[in-house]
Amino acid sequence: MELSALLLQVLNGLDKGSAYALIALGLTLIFGTLGVVNFAHGALFMIGAFCSVTVQRLLSLSTVTLDETKTDFLGRPLEVKTPYVESWFGESVGQAMIDWSVPLAILLAIPVMLLIGFVMERGLIKHFYKRPHSDQILVTFGLAIVLQEIIKAYFGANQIPAPAPSMFIGSFDFGQLVGFDPGVLMYPYWRIVYFLFAMLVIAAVFAFLQFTTFGMVVRAGMADRETVGLLGINIDKRFTIMFGIAAAVAGLAGVMYTPINSPSYTFGMDFLVISFVVVVVGGMGSLGGAVLAGFVLGILESFASMREVIEFIPGINQVVIYLAAVLILLARPRGLLGRKGVMES
Amino acid sequence: MTVALEVKGVNKRFGGLQALNDVNLLVDEGRIHAIIGPNGAGKSTLLNCFVGKLKPDSGTVLFNGQNLIGRLPHQINQAGVSRVFQTPEIFSDLTVLENVMIPALAHRDGIFELNALRPLRRETDIRTKAVDVLEDLGMEDKLDMTAASMSRGDKRRLEMAMGLVQEPKLLLLDEPTAGMSRADTNNTIDVLKHIGDSRGITMIIIEHDMHVVFSLADKISVLAQGTVIAEDIPQNIKGNPKVQEAYLGGAH
Amino acid sequence: MLGLNRNDFLMLLFVFVLVAAAPIFLNPFPEGSTFAQFNAGYPDLMQRFLIFGIFAIGFNILFGLTGYLSFGHAAFLGAGSYAGVWMLKLLTINVIPAIVVSTIVAGVFSLMIGYISLRRSGIYFSILTLAFAQMSFALAASVLTPITGGETGLQTTLSDPRILDGAAAGTGNIPAPSLFGLEMGHSWKVAVGDWLWTFNVGYYLCAFVLMIVFYISIRIFRSPFGMMLKAIKSNNERLSYTGISPRPYTLAAFVISGMYAGLAGGLMVSMDPLAGAERMQWTASGEVVLMTILGGVGTVVGPVLGAGIIKYFENIFSKINDGLLEQWFAFMPDGLADFMVTIVHPFVGKGWHLSLGLMFMLVVIFLPGGLVGGVTGLFRRLFRRRSH
Ligand SMILES: Nc1ncnc2c1ncn2[C@@H]1O[C@H](COP(=O)(O)OP(=O)(O)OP(=O)(O)O)[C@@H](O)[C@H]1O
Ligand SMILES: [Mg+2]
Repeated sequence: MELSALLLQVLNGLDKGSAYALIALGLTLIFGTLGVVNFAHGALFMIGAFCSVTVQRLLSLSTVTLDETKTDFLGRPLEVKTPYVESWFGESVGQAMIDWSVPLAILLAIPVMLLIGFVMERGLIKHFYKRPHSDQILVTFGLAIVLQEIIKAYFGANQIPAPAPSMFIGSFDFGQLVGFDPGVLMYPYWRIVYFLFAMLVIAAVFAFLQFTTFGMVVRAGMADRETVGLLGINIDKRFTIMFGIAAAVAGLAGVMYTPINSPSYTFGMDFLVISFVVVVVGGMGSLGGAVLAGFVLGILESFASMREVIEFIPGINQVVIYLAAVLILLARPRGLLGRKGVMES
Repeated sequence: MTVALEVKGVNKRFGGLQALNDVNLLVDEGRIHAIIGPNGAGKSTLLNCFVGKLKPDSGTVLFNGQNLIGRLPHQINQAGVSRVFQTPEIFSDLTVLENVMIPALAHRDGIFELNALRPLRRETDIRTKAVDVLEDLGMEDKLDMTAASMSRGDKRRLEMAMGLVQEPKLLLLDEPTAGMSRADTNNTIDVLKHIGDSRGITMIIIEHDMHVVFSLADKISVLAQGTVIAEDIPQNIKGNPKVQEAYLGGAH
Repeated sequence: MLGLNRNDFLMLLFVFVLVAAAPIFLNPFPEGSTFAQFNAGYPDLMQRFLIFGIFAIGFNILFGLTGYLSFGHAAFLGAGSYAGVWMLKLLTINVIPAIVVSTIVAGVFSLMIGYISLRRSGIYFSILTLAFAQMSFALAASVLTPITGGETGLQTTLSDPRILDGAAAGTGNIPAPSLFGLEMGHSWKVAVGDWLWTFNVGYYLCAFVLMIVFYISIRIFRSPFGMMLKAIKSNNERLSYTGISPRPYTLAAFVISGMYAGLAGGLMVSMDPLAGAERMQWTASGEVVLMTILGGVGTVVGPVLGAGIIKYFENIFSKINDGLLEQWFAFMPDGLADFMVTIVHPFVGKGWHLSLGLMFMLVVIFLPGGLVGGVTGLFRRLFRRRSH
């Protein structure tokens, strides 16, 4: 097998791995601090993706004017659509804004996702902290279905494309950079962007948890929830904020993922199950573990889908994530970086 | 006099803390042996080494000549060692009666029995045995209560019933009367004394309440900072200068 | 009676009456009446109620009693389905061998998966079972195609050998699964006034099996074994200091629930001799989890109820369209009727998932412990208040 082919699979695994890592990061934060099994987390990722769709549609809202000098094939004056943003900011700026609607959607997604997170935690999740996991599963699963159906009602059941800005369309010749022949190792620009973006978000979350008092309390809470509660620290407010942040991280992962895969309302469920696997393989309550496992499993998945590998072990591409999960959990009882006693009872 | 339990050179370290330091202990069969000592002396840790909850770094624990170290908790229990925990360890969702029937069944049927279709109601022997023990401890009116809903003292008595119903050869009691009223404490002393006399069960009892210790113990070992500093009959322990120093000179 | 106490016996009797008379009371609305859409008394759906009921009863023995949440039980249902179809293909079109063998195959399969998965507890156990089931699903859909029929699925054909009664299939159609010649699809229709009741052979076979396994599950709940399983859920560690080894108990519960799943799979293919890989997917495993929680985890009758409700939603709510809605609200003034149709529209037909999701949420919020657990809780509170 050629080195360039191997390298390509690593690169290909990075973007999926990034998405897994981001979703798993939020899941494990909620799991670790609040002790809640959140089956609605995939839906948050999906809503993030639809923020992209929404922004794209908002920016494309147009006024219709009639151009009397031209006619269409029925002989009527031609309808000319001018997006509002073009008439407000001028043609070039307006077009650039539409072109950049996916990255611009981040600006919408952050407040929207934080708000959804706050409302969800205050209105629903809060009442389930002390309830058995089974109740948490049913209520969050119910919520996930409801959120999905709402999105379906507004946006329909089909996938809706939300492409990347045109300057990121196309591929970067990664091979040439490291000395291969031109065209051997092409990697789409947007996937590079997505990976860098994911790293940025992950770094931001880690920095936040590492360097703020808020983060310190949260980390202490993940290690030992009861003691932190006993310290008389106002845990409630922090829990709400924590939930909002987890929602925002999932949402951001969704926003930027749309150019890689056009979203539909079931977008989240597909990622949810694997994200749970990622969280557990990483080790319950371990943020670093979630990120590590996200990338490990993403890259493994990409390797297993190589033709050479499939010919060698048929069907491996379908099962590799789960096989890896089983082997890792049997070898390391608490996952890659998990600690004893977290979420075991 | 035969030796029921022989502890030889047991060491246990938690990180930088030497929790048990070369502990040696001889417990005579049919006697009540008390272990006392200040908080954090390592008393519970020592019991943990007996029942397979912890593995000591070195040393042996011989029970009727067999080494207990390295055996699994349920094997040790089946060998005849029952334990009452310091913080009550009960089946909180089950009723008081069920809590006592479980150890009774374990005693009769061993570590596993696929009796999936036999109605529990037909286990009259087991039931009678459990009720008898609960009666001895004055809990006959609480049979159908959920264990979780009981007071701290009642939970301790329940756990004691769980130990006693197994008719163990060796019963380990970790602060059995903590959190009990004076009256319940006295009743517990009577029950333990009666059982010790009538059935000849060997007991190791950890207690801070000296009234309990001096009412029951045939022999007392004093543990301080992981080391046995004295071992003697009760009358001699009070006057032992090392013991006085350990209690007075400690952090308390 | 039957080794049960009075309450349990009454409950068994109640379920018996319910199941036996279901073809009648599930059709409460006369044929062709406005609300006939809500009738659920057709064989296909009623069979599904019972089959998923069996699946959930078994799942509850594991999850309800021991607290071990498996996210992979659909794998056993799928394995049972395949084994069942193979029996119908190779041995005989009589459903008995199919049902028996599917239960055994699922039992063996669950013994293997359970043995490994139970080395871990809590969420780690859940993920291990999920992983095994997803692998089974993927393999069944791809590599194992010679055994499973891959994505098209496995079904009976004319050219099957059927060594015991192959001759019967020499001509004509593929024989339908039967019980000693009595076809599963055979129904007697009884019309009483405007009402139409369908009594179906397959349904009553399922009913017979359900009653037996329901009875067994009550016995398990009330046995020393069942008590040990509850103790595992309550305080696993303490049990080992009591002289019990928890592992074989959990494994036994796992295998029993796996066999229930396989039995459900065997019945499924006895009603409709077709098995597909999607039956093993995590969504199917998730469904039985939801059924059990919705009805009431650890209650004897809850899972059957949960299974019935979810299947009812899936099959009845999904078929209500705007035409029907207009018909229902026709008695109202025009404007109001349109308004009502608009309001109800998102919750039915293609939007039935929305109703299901909302119901999940409402049940957990207002009835902690699921339908049965929540309602018993309510009653208990009412009675306590009254006695004061
Ligand atoms: N699992 C453990 N890990 C680390 N340290 C432990 C552990 N168990 C006990 N210790 C420490 O070992 C020392 C002895 O504890 P132990 O519980 O045996 O004391 P004790 O004599 O029973 O005290 P008390 O009278 O308060 O019950 C204590 O300092 C305790 O903090
Ligand atoms: Mg102690």
